[in-house]
Amino acid sequence: MNEQTQMDKAGADKADAARRKFVGAVAAAGAVGGVAALAPGLHLIQVSQATPTPRAAGEAASNKVRWGMLIDTSKCDSGCTDCVKACATENGINETVKDARQASQWIRKIDIKEPKTDHTHSLPMMCQHCAEPPCVDVCPTGASMKRADGIVLVDRHTCIGCRYCMMACPYKARSFVHEALTEQNPEVPRGIGCVESCNFCVTRVDKGMEPACVETCTKAGHNAMLFGDLNDPNSEISRRIAQQATTQVRADLKLNLGVRYQGI
Amino acid sequence: MLYAVRLALITLATAIALPASLSYAAGEGRTPKPVIKIENADTKCVAPPEEMRRNHMEMLKHQRDETLREGIRGEPVSLNRCINCHASKQTGSVLGSNENFCQTCHAYVAVKLDCWDCHQPKANYKARVTNGAAPASHDKAASTMGAMK
Repeated sequence: MNEQTQMDKAGADKADAARRKFVGAVAAAGAVGGVAALAPGLHLIQVSQATPTPRAAGEAASNKVRWGMLIDTSKCDSGCTDCVKACATENGINETVKDARQASQWIRKIDIKEPKTDHTHSLPMMCQHCAEPPCVDVCPTGASMKRADGIVLVDRHTCIGCRYCMMACPYKARSFVHEALTEQNPEVPRGIGCVESCNFCVTRVDKGMEPACVETCTKAGHNAMLFGDLNDPNSEISRRIAQQATTQVRADLKLNLGVRYQGI
Repeated sequence: MLYAVRLALITLATAIALPASLSYAAGEGRTPKPVIKIENADTKCVAPPEEMRRNHMEMLKHQRDETLREGIRGEPVSLNRCINCHASKQTGSVLGSNENFCQTCHAYVAVKLDCWDCHQPKANYKARVTNGAAPASHDKAASTMGAMK
């Protein structure tokens, strides 16, 4: 419940937040989507769909939806890189670079250690899809942008490759493409001179699919990653965030992240 | 006498100059004319050729902003649809030689094609899979950075 309130408070703008509160209130009253009134005061909460619904052709992304991800680090194995491989396959990250430091990382696995107890966790780190993204604040051309449904991405048509956003991102989530590419996936254009990062597999989400990393993690039976709509109180991700303790990495920055972690 | 010589010279000059000027008129000048080959003649483009030739760049620019920034999908104007229909049957691409669909006109009018720095010019292309070649971590510091709370 605290999470929901916090989400409302730090919405993209006050109008958005007000609308969200209103939608939330209406949903709670049992009048819209997902909640069926059996009798006055008695509601049957339907099990929400596991995957996003595909948007109709010609329909724009809506701010009624906010895509988010919940990662359970207790289920994330230190040696496993299934999500990283799935990301590389889906997004055509297949180039060989001269210097390994220049390799694009849309998602990476990191192991963290509590210095006092030596207790280690493993977790995937990627763009956290902030509600208040610093990369968007600093972009001089408007290329770094947040879509209405909360997905933060780079418009490569206007990106000039200045890399201010890479400096601004607290999560080291962005990469710069240094060399010319020829092996792109037709659905995922990417190329030299532009900054890029995780976009929650935006083309897949628009088709009603989950991001490639989440799909692979689930298919492999790890179930460490969950994707869904943070604005829908009946989605599995919203219910888990409402009931269980979750962490936003560097919550002190008050960026209101779309990616939440459990167990760190 | 003088008149006859002058007439002969003019006739000679014309005879030399004429084939050259004729060949330019036929379009075999220094710059080769575009070769526009429609690979799928039975299909219909989103707009008539005259409109496409003048406005395709505006149509694509308009659509790219709507698709990327607003998330509007499934509209008739789409670069991937252009490629899938117009890619050469020999090379599978709209680029590669001055006889391929995009390159042929762009080479003629000397307009640089930026689209293909990022977009894939081959039709129905399946990106190479390298099984996650990207290194797991850029710096070893990440593994010893301590708890991130």
